[in-house]
Amino acid sequence: MGLLQGFGVTFKQMFLPRVTSLYPEEKRPKPERFHGRHVLNRYEDGMEKCIGCELCAGVCPAKCIYVRGADNNPDSPVSPGERFGFVYEINYLRCIHCDLCVEACPTEAITETKLFELSFTNRDDAIYTKAELLVDDDGRAQRQPWEFWKGGEDDDTSGWMRATSPSGDAGFEGRVAWSNELGFGYREPEKGQSDSVAPTPGPGEEQS
Amino acid sequence: MTAPQSLAAGDPLFAGGVDPAVVLILIIKTVAAFALLMVLVLFYIWFMRKVIADMQNRVGPARAGGRYGVLQTLADGIKLFFKEQSVPDGADPFVFRLAPYLSIIPAFLAFSIIPIGGEVSILGHTTYLQLADPAIGVLLLLAMSGIGLYGVMLAGWSSGSKYPLLGSVRASAQLLSYEAAFGLAIVAVLLHSGTLSTRGIVDAQAWTSWDSFATSWYWTVAFVSFVIFLIAAIAETNHPPFDLVEAEQELVGGFVTEYTGIRFAMFFLAEFMNLITMSAIAVTLFLGGPSGPALGFLSATGTVNTWLMPMFWFFTKLLVLLFGTVWVRASLPRMRYDQLMDLGWKWLIEIAFVAVMVTAVVLVARNEAWNRFVVVPAAIGGAFCLLGILRLCMPRQSELIEEEV
Repeated sequence: MGLLQGFGVTFKQMFLPRVTSLYPEEKRPKPERFHGRHVLNRYEDGMEKCIGCELCAGVCPAKCIYVRGADNNPDSPVSPGERFGFVYEINYLRCIHCDLCVEACPTEAITETKLFELSFTNRDDAIYTKAELLVDDDGRAQRQPWEFWKGGEDDDTSGWMRATSPSGDAGFEGRVAWSNELGFGYREPEKGQSDSVAPTPGPGEEQS
Repeated sequence: MTAPQSLAAGDPLFAGGVDPAVVLILIIKTVAAFALLMVLVLFYIWFMRKVIADMQNRVGPARAGGRYGVLQTLADGIKLFFKEQSVPDGADPFVFRLAPYLSIIPAFLAFSIIPIGGEVSILGHTTYLQLADPAIGVLLLLAMSGIGLYGVMLAGWSSGSKYPLLGSVRASAQLLSYEAAFGLAIVAVLLHSGTLSTRGIVDAQAWTSWDSFATSWYWTVAFVSFVIFLIAAIAETNHPPFDLVEAEQELVGGFVTEYTGIRFAMFFLAEFMNLITMSAIAVTLFLGGPSGPALGFLSATGTVNTWLMPMFWFFTKLLVLLFGTVWVRASLPRMRYDQLMDLGWKWLIEIAFVAVMVTAVVLVARNEAWNRFVVVPAAIGGAFCLLGILRLCMPRQSELIEEEV
């Protein structure tokens, strides 16, 4: 009577809960280290973090980042340092979202958000310029017309994501190694890969 | 004065001769039947996809037409309508274009004999709620399913391509094999009802009391035939688990491989129409058609009890059978070709044949007032003996293999 058993199986399935989520209306939470499109972050005073060092461009295996630095005008500096990213472009037709640029960045200027729904329809849109990558005055990613995401999906995108072990050093686990950020300020470090390592104050770290 | 026994004769609509009102009623009925079948197909495809999705723990269509995707089929149809239609170089262009119509028109015609409701009054004329009530009744269904086969066969042949040809050869072999069992299953009902007219068959199963469910409807007295009819009907309409005609894993798309656009859609429309017609025929022959308890607290001649309740019962029964087809589709894997032929020739035809003979014996015994406690067991015993002899005559599988070697 295996035949009838089969009918029983299919009938029973009708009353079980569905595993499918209705995607655009109902989005599942993304992994913490999701690699989506980039943002260029700013300090709490609105200054840009990018110093135009081109390390991200150098490390990029897909050669999709184009950076040109320029000297800051001392009267109205764009970034707190000597230089700033004058041109910053990422070609999303080439980007493989490997996150190496984020690892390379010395100032936590570039990070990857969790935004991935970029349905651009021409090559100009695919190349994100500095104006599009830079966070707005609230420290949030700017939503481009061809991007499909709602508010809140760009949360937890910045340096918070790689506070575990800068430079791959487990000794930095659980320690805030990053500067404050526009709109969010100081962010708690992510829990480390091993709970046994107690957080130790780093050299020159400010007590807040 | 009685109307001549023409194809449309049974209907009391023609009792008083043909006048413009009668023609108008006929046109209305034709359009209504056409629209009803189209809507039923749209509904069935959506229903099938939704139920199968449920059975496979999916969501199914959920976009077109609101949360439940009710208009998904319509959207698919519109899409297919506007797609480019191509005719392959190797095809016979005329036959290639003709085949979809040969498939879809018989599907429509077969539906016209289904009694959907009881006797109603439109524009002062009494008529049946069915498009036509020809005296040949059920035979028309068999004829139409035979012509529908030409659509499939010619589609495969005219495509000028291997897989469609294989698909259509399978289709013709399958249809021929199951037509016999199908016809024999119907014969059992015809013996009981004594008429070919679908209206006559439905009238013979009229609802008199709650016993009618078991005593008046033919599914109990012809239970074996009922089961064989259901199996053969699914096989006739090429639906899973008998869909070898378009077995994607073996034949790409079967006979529709070379078809695109609305011609492709027409084949599937015809296929689903046939399935609905077959289910409706099963309701008519075995489940009493539109007969069912009326609402006792309302007038027996009121609109509700003459128009709505018979239709309600008809569509309820139809829905149950349609759900059954979907359930089978979701549960059973496709049969192998030799299994299909074995089932058809070695089992269904024999059993259907024996069922017909037993039915005949029982009916004769009833008419002649023979002792039914002797005749019925004797008939069944004789039938089993006959089956056993037939079985013994068949070559065993091992012998067949030896012959091949």
